[in-house]
Amino acid sequence: MIEVSKKCIGCTKCVPVCPFAAINMIDKKAVMNEACTLCGACVQVCPVQAITITREEASARDFSGFKGVWVYVELTETGDKAHPKKIKPVTFELLGAGRKLADELGEDLCAVLLTDKNHNYEKDLGAYGADKVYMVEHDELFEYNTDVFSTVIVGLVNRHKPSSMLYGATIQGRDLAPRVASTLYVGLTADCTALAIKDGLLLQSRPAFGGNIMADILAPNSRPQMSTVRPNVMKMNEPVLGRTAVVVRESAKLDKSLRRVKVLERKIVHDAGAVKIEGASIIVSGGRGMKTKEKFKQLEELSKLLGGVVGASRAAVDLGFKDKAHQVGQSGTTVSPKLYLSFGISGAVQHIVGMKASDVIVAVNKDPNAPIFNVAKYGIVGDAHEIVPRLIEALKNGK
Amino acid sequence: MNIVVLVKQVPDSTEVKINPETGHLIRAGVPSIINPYDHFALQAALELKAKHDFKVTLVSMGPPQAKSVVQMGMALGADEGILLSDMAFAGSDTWSTSYALAKAIRKIGKVDLILAGMQAIDGDTAQTGPGVAQQLGMPQVTFCEKVEVDGRRVIARKQIDGGYEVLEARPPVLLTMIMTKDYTPRYPSFLAVNASLKKPFHVWGAADVGAEEQYLGLKGSPTQVSKIYPPPQREKAAMFSGSGQESVARILQIMRQEHFIEE
Repeated sequence: MIEVSKKCIGCTKCVPVCPFAAINMIDKKAVMNEACTLCGACVQVCPVQAITITREEASARDFSGFKGVWVYVELTETGDKAHPKKIKPVTFELLGAGRKLADELGEDLCAVLLTDKNHNYEKDLGAYGADKVYMVEHDELFEYNTDVFSTVIVGLVNRHKPSSMLYGATIQGRDLAPRVASTLYVGLTADCTALAIKDGLLLQSRPAFGGNIMADILAPNSRPQMSTVRPNVMKMNEPVLGRTAVVVRESAKLDKSLRRVKVLERKIVHDAGAVKIEGASIIVSGGRGMKTKEKFKQLEELSKLLGGVVGASRAAVDLGFKDKAHQVGQSGTTVSPKLYLSFGISGAVQHIVGMKASDVIVAVNKDPNAPIFNVAKYGIVGDAHEIVPRLIEALKNGK
Repeated sequence: MNIVVLVKQVPDSTEVKINPETGHLIRAGVPSIINPYDHFALQAALELKAKHDFKVTLVSMGPPQAKSVVQMGMALGADEGILLSDMAFAGSDTWSTSYALAKAIRKIGKVDLILAGMQAIDGDTAQTGPGVAQQLGMPQVTFCEKVEVDGRRVIARKQIDGGYEVLEARPPVLLTMIMTKDYTPRYPSFLAVNASLKKPFHVWGAADVGAEEQYLGLKGSPTQVSKIYPPPQREKAAMFSGSGQESVARILQIMRQEHFIEE
């Protein structure tokens, strides 16, 4: 429940920030009406901490009213003026995973879409498995903002009470989900690699300690059960053309003052050479064994032919073959592509922890005892300098 | 300006293994280090301090031996150190940890900027920073590469997909930091460690910060670990060696078999 104490000075700061217009000033004191969703936006702006939200004792709660598996729809910029945004692929992967969970629970799979303008997104969301799309269309949702988006999500969750909610473990999802979970006092499991239903609960599996152990996590005493899920791990379903999702339009009153962090500048490189090793599905990586910067450059051509991006070991970065943005490993980026093709990387442990979650690892190295072969699916003992140019030639010739 | 840096002592995760028979973590002999991301956040704070003469306070939560990371931070230049240590905190998940840290920061009083590592290398959750910000009602900017302060403006460069954003917030604000070449973490000399022993250091328990037990530890944590186990073992690599031309043929065969290129 929400309470306003005597400390309220009647400053009215909370009134415009309430997304649901749930605060009235009565006798110079803030009073909440029944539209209140306990989202907490007012608590954050109150200068005298007069507003408190108390939640029921978890164990005393009955969760039978919490139904539906929700998937947060992440939009990404395309750089194309005609279609400035598109749905990020991880959303479809979440719908694939969520579909199985929803079917097992006998609940609806719902996509949650926050946008300034709908571009028939419900068609794709339906085709990939969503039964319903909760859609909030509002000018203030023109770009992601932690305060604005988390406030809207918290309001929707309080209003519709889903049993679980999935987010991509992306830069945006890992910013949004903890904020929402913290406000709601519900469990959130980061970076899941597998999800299942066990005794009606969401069983979440994730690696910890740099991938050296796996942990199964439950959140039995709160709803929704929330997870962020690693991109490129869950399989998306084949889209069923013409399968439609029911659109449920939701309103939110969003004031500009909710946006406390402002974007001064945004730079995104949209060309094919952009560094996106974190979400890449194919990475061609090179190490010290590439010998020179010029020879390392051949890997760029190879990765282009395969539709991938270039990665580098720390040694290759330290030798100046490639800049740090491409570095895979503990002090670089952790990647989990479908294919990791490495040349001249022996496989120091700091490198291994950053790439061993890849689906298929193909390693080429001169030393048959190189540790990278311990995590590779396929090992080629050979000289990268003999192999790389020939491989490029073969791919160019289509054979 | 008053800066708080959240630091965590972690086992060097590259050396943690699991006993496949018992399923228990083998942590014996594994060195404890400052979480590398926090080390960068600390460096960012110390550079702001050097430039603007801000006060830097370290806050850590952990067992009594976690004092060593706080001590190290003070030896590097932080002004004050606080360790939250209490049996009541044991088993806390990210929600409960954020709750306790937020309570401690409220007790410190006026705080303008909180810096934390993007995540800790033992849990890799990246949830505690945003949780603390939410509990304190502060805005957050996660995954920052660089932070600067200009008067009453905090300017942060944040990593986003395929690029970066430059963001502005008014204090108080919480930032989480990634590891970038913009900062080079340092290690203190023995002399500096000795000198830092004179700096104010406090150990606070749950009661000291007004944290209620019902929100702490296993009882207060919404998530529960039901099982830990070793990751599935990979099969041995299928090895091949031959001439350059044969190796290329083998790679192409693998790529077709795994459907990375057309048949």
